[in-house]
Amino acid sequence: MPLPTGPVIGIMMDNLRKRKSVFPISRRKAIKWSKDLEIPEGGETVLYTGSMYQLLPYMLAAVNRMGKMEDSFLGKFVGMGRFFNKMINVSSIMFRPKRADHKRFRKIIRDIARLLQQAGVEFGYLYKKELYAGALAFDMGADATFAAHAKRVHEMLKEQGVRSLITIDPHTTNVLRSVYPTIIDDFDIEVKSYLEVLAARDTLRPVNGVEGSITVHDSCVYARYEDVIDEPRMLLQRAGYTVKEPKDNRTLTHCCGGPIESLFPSMAHQIGEKRVQQLKDANGSKVATMCPICMATLQNAAGDALEIDDISAFLVQAFCEEEQKPQEG
Amino acid sequence: MAKVNPAFIEKLKTSEEFNATACMNCGVCSAVCPMEIELLPRKLFRYALLGLEDKVLEHTDTIYQCLLCKMCEANCTADVHIAENVRSLRTYISKEVYKL
Repeated sequence: MPLPTGPVIGIMMDNLRKRKSVFPISRRKAIKWSKDLEIPEGGETVLYTGSMYQLLPYMLAAVNRMGKMEDSFLGKFVGMGRFFNKMINVSSIMFRPKRADHKRFRKIIRDIARLLQQAGVEFGYLYKKELYAGALAFDMGADATFAAHAKRVHEMLKEQGVRSLITIDPHTTNVLRSVYPTIIDDFDIEVKSYLEVLAARDTLRPVNGVEGSITVHDSCVYARYEDVIDEPRMLLQRAGYTVKEPKDNRTLTHCCGGPIESLFPSMAHQIGEKRVQQLKDANGSKVATMCPICMATLQNAAGDALEIDDISAFLVQAFCEEEQKPQEG
Repeated sequence: MAKVNPAFIEKLKTSEEFNATACMNCGVCSAVCPMEIELLPRKLFRYALLGLEDKVLEHTDTIYQCLLCKMCEANCTADVHIAENVRSLRTYISKEVYKL
């Protein structure tokens, strides 16, 4: 039996209103990926993570817990959970992320920043001032909550003098680039995905030889909402990989199932399995994703059958030297 | 017995993108849906246009099961803004039912 949608969405929206994020995440943890990268604070052009990659460990913990509650009597108590969550941060007690998940998602953001540095892109980072962009609230139709949060994000960006954002995931790119301007009259901040920035610059040259093929899994949001389709392929080819395509690709890409994972975990898993079969049928063992939700959902559905990783992991192998100091967990 | 609420469609039009009337009921959206949701969006939009609020709300879970992936829109011959229309239904439920 599915979990009651109202209370589950309610908990996430209460968190966004009260705690500025759909899942509780400490700012200290959210910025940990940037250690020793010497990224300046602030500036007109900033790398905007929108905390999506940092939130994934919490989402995975929540999905794991809620998946177990889906067919259990405990599902009936979600409404009560929402009541208490307004007063105390229940979600932070219930959903304990794995340390290994924190580490692997931090590495992705770090790789993306290193690729931008290697390409000679000048950018800053807002560190603890950065906020989640609100994509989940928009998708859930919680328009009042989303609008209030978007206003808060816009005011923060204006106060910091930001004129250009380099985003790192499709959902943050979409809400900032295509939704904010429809609800905020004077929103004039340029928004580009790091994939677009890197592809347009053409300043990355391989420093390590790589070989083999990579199957591209297009994110629905990048491909059908934001027209980011050629850039990932271009970058993989420049790196030295052969690009493979699954049956459903580019503007007709197949969803990973992730968008409904927080409400209907079992159904999301079934969609993920269908997509994994298409990726297997492309006859390549490595798959590149460009969205943290796609990556986590497909990895979960594929098990050990495919090597599914964020595109940045494959690009950094070719374009960047190996980091000298291992990042501490 | 279905109850008709003439004001329902007006409440759904929270965005200029809402264009359920453009749907020709051809069924391509249902055929290509990765979720294989037969109901969405054809019948649902028809219920909404007819003011059948109760029938729409009966399918609340289905409305939230939509992935908003736009596979249907990419194949729609009538340029229906399917994802935004579904989102409008969610906006209505969030506000009127869940009181968010």
